Amino acid sequence: MKTAFELNTYKGDVKPTWCPGCGDFAVLRALQTAIHGLQLEPWNVVIVSGIGCSSNLPHFLSTYGFHSIHGRSVPVATGIKLANPDLHVIITGGDGDGYGIGMGHFIHAMRRNLDITYLVMNNQTYGLTTGQASPTSEKGMKTKSTPNVGVIENPIDPLSLAISAGATYVARTFSGDVKQMSELVKGGVEHKGFALIDCLSPCVTYNKINTYDWFKERVYDLAKEGHDPSDMKAAFARAIEWPTVQRDRIPLGLFYRAEDVPTYEELEPGLEKGPPARQPLGIEDPDALMAEFR
Amino acid sequence: MPKRELTFRIGGAAGDGVSSTAESFAKVCSRSGLHVWTYSSYQSVIRGGHVWTQVRASLDPLLSHGEDPDVVIALNQQTVDIHEPELAEGGVLIYDAETNKADPAKARADVRLIGLKLRRMAQEFSKNALMRNTVALGAAIALYELPFPHVESAFRDIWGDKKPEVVEANILAARTGSAAIAGQGGPLRYGLAFTNDPRPMMTGNNAICLGALAAGCKFLAQYPMTPASSIMHWMAAHAPAHGVVVKQVEDELAAVNMAIGAGFAGARAMTATSGGGFSLMVEGLGQGGMTETPVVVVLAQRSGPSTGLPTKTEQGDLNLVLGAGQGDWPRAVLAPRNPEECFTLTAAAFNLAEIYQTPVIVMSDLYLSEGFRTVEPFDFNVPIVRGMMAADGGDVIDYKRYRHTESGVSPRALPGMRGYQHIAATDEHMENSELISDTLAGVPEFVEERKRQMEKRMRKLDGLRKDTPGPEVWGTANAELTLILWGSTQGPAREAALRVGETHGVLVNTVEFPTLFPFHADEALVALKRAKRTLAVEGNFTGQFTRLLRAETGFAVDHLYPKYDGEPFAPRDIVAKILEVAR
Repeated sequence: MKTAFELNTYKGDVKPTWCPGCGDFAVLRALQTAIHGLQLEPWNVVIVSGIGCSSNLPHFLSTYGFHSIHGRSVPVATGIKLANPDLHVIITGGDGDGYGIGMGHFIHAMRRNLDITYLVMNNQTYGLTTGQASPTSEKGMKTKSTPNVGVIENPIDPLSLAISAGATYVARTFSGDVKQMSELVKGGVEHKGFALIDCLSPCVTYNKINTYDWFKERVYDLAKEGHDPSDMKAAFARAIEWPTVQRDRIPLGLFYRAEDVPTYEELEPGLEKGPPARQPLGIEDPDALMAEFR
Repeated sequence: MPKRELTFRIGGAAGDGVSSTAESFAKVCSRSGLHVWTYSSYQSVIRGGHVWTQVRASLDPLLSHGEDPDVVIALNQQTVDIHEPELAEGGVLIYDAETNKADPAKARADVRLIGLKLRRMAQEFSKNALMRNTVALGAAIALYELPFPHVESAFRDIWGDKKPEVVEANILAARTGSAAIAGQGGPLRYGLAFTNDPRPMMTGNNAICLGALAAGCKFLAQYPMTPASSIMHWMAAHAPAHGVVVKQVEDELAAVNMAIGAGFAGARAMTATSGGGFSLMVEGLGQGGMTETPVVVVLAQRSGPSTGLPTKTEQGDLNLVLGAGQGDWPRAVLAPRNPEECFTLTAAAFNLAEIYQTPVIVMSDLYLSEGFRTVEPFDFNVPIVRGMMAADGGDVIDYKRYRHTESGVSPRALPGMRGYQHIAATDEHMENSELISDTLAGVPEFVEERKRQMEKRMRKLDGLRKDTPGPEVWGTANAELTLILWGSTQGPAREAALRVGETHGVLVNTVEFPTLFPFHADEALVALKRAKRTLAVEGNFTGQFTRLLRAETGFAVDHLYPKYDGEPFAPRDIVAKILEVAR
């Protein structure tokens, strides 16, 4: 019988470097709790991140990790997953990393429905570069880069994008509720297909608008309002509630889940012989290969 | 005296079937035991414009696609106008007498102008307008007296068993074309001695793919870009049979980052692109260097700058490759000079990437990547060396991914190996992957560790230099002029050297560089100090290799022949340059 892993087994040797009160602590805790709940073997988990405060997360866990470059966590994770689909691949990063510089990869990864879980720690600002506007900054938000009239662009709505692009598990959680967050993360990791979990993770240093208190006054639980996550139209309607339609009520929970959609890995003919990372190398029948050219 | 070679050319508009007809002709030649070398001049358009392909075939090994053609098939008036004057002594122009006109005043007096009713002759067999190519092809086959059964087999290769009626119609059309030559002065009577030993014929890109497969490449992520796209096409077609994941991705950023992810997970991984795509990969490559992740990047160069001439050749990306990425990181840059080296150096690149845990770049160019050439069969039994790996199983004590070692290479562990969990980090880090950048940078102890990590990584260059091929001296030792070259320039330069020796008694040899980085400075100096005078022959404006050579060795070449018109080097151009500087 297998020995159960303790919660602490998943804790890394490095202490988080985030500001005291940072929303990312809750996400770290939720992820650790989720993979502990699933009793994943730490050596079969790879956490991939980009660049930004939140992207330091892999260092704080005891799994494998790839702390890549800004905006490229998604393709790095895709390469890892396709090279060895037996691994549990989880991406962690921020809103600038995923919805800004990495937006192209974000959309394409979802349309592939790879079996990957993506946690975006969304603080609506660029923290590590000391407080510029991010793709999810609300209209009118004054930042170092928008000091005059504030942000004049519309914010990205990652959830409706995710649903339309083909993600099969789409959720939003809030660092003020670690319990709900860890359950949704666990559900995302368990889900077979691409899971996007937008984690509202307040930046206590550079975002003085979207604070814990600001969110607490506005969030509500979709599950308590009878939302059916298998209903794509209903999921869209809930997804655009905030920030697109209004800013007084912010839905949290599982917006959308599609079961039994084949993953990219299941459809990829190159994987039929097994994980590329574990295959014997070299050519079995070179003469047949050369014959093609005669 | 019987001839030993032929030079065939077919031209028309894009969409006229020029390249497929040329490929059939080339196949007939290679199956007749001839050495073959082709070059396609095409444009960035799907229909229209002017495209042509030259097929040179010979009883002897070839070094270039040759020069003036002895048979030209002109499928439109523009081709007649452009290529008729280029026909060699005793050459033949085949054109459609009903739609085009040839002007005898434009050709040499000894050239034969054969106007056939190509379209009308073809209509007898098919409504498909491209059938006229087959009639013309048949005429060319008859002119050279090439064995007709190989024409039939070439058609069967194209249309296969699925469309026997198409194969049959084409065979009949080709026969009609062949028969028409009898009333037009008959064959050229070259007296070429054919055999029935088919020679394998492929493009440089094919050879790169074979090298990758032989070395165990299991992952390719790529974005379409001329002249690298055919690597993805061939690999995708063969991927399931060889257990390779081939992925066309959203951009080159994704391509290189996916390949690096796959390399980290333990698959031998590759991406391929041209200069524009490589430019996008630059940051990702630095990531490979910093995280010490193996990856192979094929860069098939085309004419820059920017979009440049997408269908034309150049060697203009050397500076880009040498300087790719912020900061210093160890890389190897290999430049195959011919298809055989496309195979061997690509295979070697996978070993080097894993042994030294860093990106390796293989630089080809359009001339080498896309031209068909006959090759000697490859030895697929290439060594596969995966480098220093941590031992799987048992107790793991104090594993550090970036441990300091003499070689700079630290034992590598792959996700899934129990007890070796670590983070691949693009920030500067310590032996155990912990970041120096965030809270330790500038602290004296960690200033020292940053320095040590940098030195550890860069020490790999010593090993890479030992494990990569040094410069090759080719030709006579007492040459009065030494050509300095890299990449696909090898063939035309060697042909020029041989020719100028025969025609002018000027002795010329070459010093060739299959490895561009780490630079083999000592060997280069030994070779070049023997040279009386030197002429660098390079396909770019500034002499990028010439400058590298000088930076690495202090050696200044006497003369530089830079070429940046988009066209491949022709031996006669190099001959002219040799005579200019040798006098």
